[in-house]
Amino acid sequence: MNVKILPRSPLVRYLLVRLALIVPTVWILVSVVFFFMRVIGDPITASQGGRLSAAQLAARRAAAGFDRPILQQYGEYLGGLLHGDFGTALTDHRKISEVLITNGAATLELTFWALIVAFVVGIPLGRLAARYRDKLPDVTIRTFAVLVYAAPVFFVGLLLKLLFSATLGWLPASGRASAGVEIALNNVNPKTNVMIIDAILYGDPGYILDVLRHAILPALALGLLTAGVFIRLIRINLLETMRTDYVTAARARGVPERLVVRKHAFRNALVPVVTVMGMQIAIMLGGAILTETTFEWQGLGYVLSHYLLARDFVAVQGIVTAIAVVVAVSSFLIDVINALVDPRVRY
Amino acid sequence: MSASRATTPGAGTPMLALDHLSVTFRSDAGPVHAVREVSFDVAPGEIVAVVGESGSGKSVSSRALLGLLPGTASVGGSARIDGVELTTLGGESMRRVRGDRIAMIFQEPATSLDPVRTVGWQVMEALRAHRRMSRRAAHRRAVELLDLVGIPDPERRVHSYPHQMSGGQKQRVMIAIAISCEPELIIADEPTTALDVTVQAAILDLLRGLRDRLGTAIVLITHNMGVVADLADRVVVMYRGQVVEQAPVAQLFAAPAHPYTQRLLAAVPYLGQGRSSHAVPGAEPATPAGSTVATDRSGPDVDAARATSLGTPGAISGEPAPSSGTPALAVRDLVVEFPGRLGSPRVRAVDGVSLTIAPGRVLGLVGESGSGKTTVGRTVVGLVPATSGSIDVFGTDLRTASPHTLRDLRRRFGFVFQDPAASLNPRASVGACIAEPLSVHKVGTDASRHKRVAELLEAVELPAAFAKRYPHELSGGQRQRVSLARALVLGPDLLIADEPTSALDVSVQATVLHLFQELQREMGFACLFISHDLAVVDIVAHDVAVMSLGQLVEVGTTAEVLSAPRHPYTRALLAAVPVPDPAAQRERREERAALLAAGSVAS
Amino acid sequence: MSALVATETADLEAPPRRRGFPGVALIRSTHGLQRAMLLSGLVVIVVFVVVAVFAPLIAPYGFNADRANGVIFGTQQPPSAAHWFGTTVGGQDVLSRVIFGARTALTVIVLAVAISLTLGAPLGVISGYVGGKVDRVLVLITDALYAFPSLLLAIVVSIMITGGRSTPVGGIIAAALSITVVFVPQYFRVVRNQTVSVKHEPFVDAARITGAKPGRIMFRHVLPNVSQTIPVLATLNASEAILTLAGLGFLGFGIEPSAAAEWGYDLNKALSDATNGIWWTGIYPGLAIVIVVAGVTLVGESLNDILNPMLRTRGAGTTTADEQEIVLATELDATTGGHAAGPADPTADSPTSEQEDGR
Repeated sequence: MNVKILPRSPLVRYLLVRLALIVPTVWILVSVVFFFMRVIGDPITASQGGRLSAAQLAARRAAAGFDRPILQQYGEYLGGLLHGDFGTALTDHRKISEVLITNGAATLELTFWALIVAFVVGIPLGRLAARYRDKLPDVTIRTFAVLVYAAPVFFVGLLLKLLFSATLGWLPASGRASAGVEIALNNVNPKTNVMIIDAILYGDPGYILDVLRHAILPALALGLLTAGVFIRLIRINLLETMRTDYVTAARARGVPERLVVRKHAFRNALVPVVTVMGMQIAIMLGGAILTETTFEWQGLGYVLSHYLLARDFVAVQGIVTAIAVVVAVSSFLIDVINALVDPRVRY
Repeated sequence: MSASRATTPGAGTPMLALDHLSVTFRSDAGPVHAVREVSFDVAPGEIVAVVGESGSGKSVSSRALLGLLPGTASVGGSARIDGVELTTLGGESMRRVRGDRIAMIFQEPATSLDPVRTVGWQVMEALRAHRRMSRRAAHRRAVELLDLVGIPDPERRVHSYPHQMSGGQKQRVMIAIAISCEPELIIADEPTTALDVTVQAAILDLLRGLRDRLGTAIVLITHNMGVVADLADRVVVMYRGQVVEQAPVAQLFAAPAHPYTQRLLAAVPYLGQGRSSHAVPGAEPATPAGSTVATDRSGPDVDAARATSLGTPGAISGEPAPSSGTPALAVRDLVVEFPGRLGSPRVRAVDGVSLTIAPGRVLGLVGESGSGKTTVGRTVVGLVPATSGSIDVFGTDLRTASPHTLRDLRRRFGFVFQDPAASLNPRASVGACIAEPLSVHKVGTDASRHKRVAELLEAVELPAAFAKRYPHELSGGQRQRVSLARALVLGPDLLIADEPTSALDVSVQATVLHLFQELQREMGFACLFISHDLAVVDIVAHDVAVMSLGQLVEVGTTAEVLSAPRHPYTRALLAAVPVPDPAAQRERREERAALLAAGSVAS
Repeated sequence: MSALVATETADLEAPPRRRGFPGVALIRSTHGLQRAMLLSGLVVIVVFVVVAVFAPLIAPYGFNADRANGVIFGTQQPPSAAHWFGTTVGGQDVLSRVIFGARTALTVIVLAVAISLTLGAPLGVISGYVGGKVDRVLVLITDALYAFPSLLLAIVVSIMITGGRSTPVGGIIAAALSITVVFVPQYFRVVRNQTVSVKHEPFVDAARITGAKPGRIMFRHVLPNVSQTIPVLATLNASEAILTLAGLGFLGFGIEPSAAAEWGYDLNKALSDATNGIWWTGIYPGLAIVIVVAGVTLVGESLNDILNPMLRTRGAGTTTADEQEIVLATELDATTGGHAAGPADPTADSPTSEQEDGR
């Protein structure tokens, strides 16, 4: 890398280098997905094999261009990606880019709600556990953290459904909104596909409430998983920063304990937490697939599992690739946040 | 401001009084009595040094005053400041004492400042913890305080983050925080241990000035007898949790009463009492040739170095070829560069260093942190690639030697590291550690290796049974002896020792240095002895080379360099070393002040 | 979930070697709640392994049987004396499927952890030690894979291995291999980063100066000091393996119900039951997952807490050996300083005192 062309500010330089790293990361993931999924043969045979005759399969293959050399297909695929073309599903012929926009919005919404749950539950509990280290609150909270980590999201989802929906009947068991609401919201203009925003735009408080009620159980299922990780992270990092010399030094100059924890220990504990949050996005997306399937939440994970069952690997490949891009970009954004939190990165 | 606070009328009344203070830690192995019935007083404006080695309880007792001990500690006895009992104080009332009446300075300025807050923020935080003042007023006061402790350009530096400052500056910030609320007492826990000698001297001057100007009493916790002699009015000697002796500083150094104090003082290396005090070179081992050094860089350094080389008896200037034959080590025009951080230029750590060590001679390579002395050592043994220049070991250039020759050459040198805890493989027994070079070079059979390990353990004065132990079961000094045994197992002709004793306590250091000298005399290996401690080098080295900022500034026999330094940097370095003798140190301090006033100190 | 592994192993350091049976010493070094956590986790693991190994003896029926002695069980029957946990929508005994599910889980865990360990750890040591371009490329690839949702990666690999169709024979192996691909980058990362930090330790430098060859340094000096992190990583990975397996099964990419019993698959089938208030088909396989994963995680966490020196409660600072040494170096009798602090340390015993007189 030519040193001279880089800007002087270390922060900008760091972020530019970090930005440049996205390209190989995405490229590696795209390639891994492409070749892994093509090693087995072509998508037509996978999805239609057994239903069509060999001749029909060959004709379909030729029409879709899957009979050409694999490297040529790879090149075309990469070229298409650069233009935002993620291919077209074999089964329902939807353009994957459209699927990404409509269903992606649903996943975004679910992840947003889940993050709120994770923060609201995870951070205070983590601080509490660190404060009462090895005492009863700590043990209780850590047990809770282990349990929510150990429980698969679809099992938590199932339990929530059993309790709040099947038994108590308080909350809806599935979907993003009641059928009528969903139809009504389809006519909102502009339609964002983020249901809560659509409902707010529509302006009916009853609709907003309906959307919120549908979001509670999925957000809990996905959010608790992440909350478990947050609890452990906050606890372990707080315990570490509480032992540092600068915390002792702050105490020694008479800073009230409350401020020592908040302004020194907690602030420094956040630095590694932010880093891990980058990885957390990938984990949440993985969890979202399972949550969406459990609650029939029509997001990316939901369609993905449908395409998986239908063996529509063109669609699967497109969605997985898109998720790879999202993961790479969000880990870059996390690094930007990290630079803002930690002056040692900034300068 | 001490006057405004003077609740103690007479000068004889103590401001701080420790009375049978005890600290006990709960541990899995039962209670550990870290501090046992310690009593001493501190008068207003007095500087009391608390001296002791590892495990003496000196730091624990001071932290007990401010209630900064972990929950496993229990405190007994009494500690009063102006009659206020500290040991029973808790919560808000203890918080009001911390920083306002008693402030603390820590050993590691690098870790004692919060890395994500600006230094100004941290000074303001200290101010606003005890004073009701506006943000703006606090900011103004923070700038004043940074100025007071000698931070240049305080208006700008107040916005700096700790990692943007040097170690000495960070310690100055810590001092600014400590004095921010004008406390009656400052506890300084090894305030200069992590710093270079010249920085140390400046910080000690600053502390002394604060006492003189503000009348603050200081409890100075240290293991360094030179620092004690420089700063203290009175000394409290602690040993294994107890006070064994306390006396005014002059009396303690002149006539130590307790046997521990006597031995501690005897163990302290004293600059000017080693080889530099022997004016006659004949007193040294009968090795024919001295070491010569020259730098080929232009500038004043060259002249200084040349001049010294010429003055070295029995040495030939410029060319490293002593009459006795091939030198053990000959480094010529060594340059070592490291790649800088992304986008920054390469860092030149060693810049054109040339030096020679004749067989059987010990060359002390001294310098402060960042001088490049350690890099020279690591380059010589091949851990760091040289950018240019040559390194001849017994006439063979390491940089051009074939792998096979190199392997054979490696048998002829040993290396001793600074950190005895880290330099032995924690998963290998002591015997395996010592025998490692033998197995690498496939020397001898298992039986002969066992025998050799036993011989070496005996040589370093450890029992043969230690071969079966693991490094973590040993103490620091014992580990360093094992390191030495490993370095000597192949009977090397050249030893590179990088700060081999700096991690050890004073009395342990003395025994290890003594052992080193004996072994060197018996085995006659040549040695590159790298150290920051001029007094240690004075003891062990025949010749001394001084490095600064990657370059050699002066070289010569130990007597020449340490008694009659030519280069201004060497002079400044020597002047900054405190000697463990209050009267002599006072003179040295005045000399140093004169030197500083003359403005001849290299920055 | 991989984030967990990253944070929990970030600060691991090799503890000093203990003499005697390692497990006992480990348990002995714990106390109070930590010991309770470790022991309860160990109990769960032992029960899990016993159930898995002896599944055919313990389970009342076969995992795929819908009838015994010619009597059809019936579908979605609530728990009864004959079927303690009830029957599934397919008419199988839930209890038997849960018990046989342990077998599947254990097989997959052992295969996945063993394969990824044998691939990832040596690769990590070599890459970390040798460094250079190879290292950079490997790090880039593993980082990319690591950042990717592990479940998606497992799905992609599963598709590659099975060709998108479930083969009854390769089911377990395919699942194990899919999980392996997820874990190799983890082992690689952890071991490599440890290697990089260990390789600059003075004792490794010392071996290098001596002229030891890279192979000897890597496997004699570096690996033994890196391997301490592996038990922690392996336990944490084992729990993740169960979750990933269940996730695969839940999405229909695991093992066919006729080939083996798998908890995730059963949960998927139980999903529609839950809406109808049929709780027993989902609760039991779900609880099985939670208990096993929680048990394994407890052990992993406790191990980490014990092996992570940063979090261990610190004592008074210096060791007794150091303190004794000063006593010896200054030739003072311990009685001069009052009674000995703490128990006498045999490592600094009297033989040295004569030796130290050399001063």
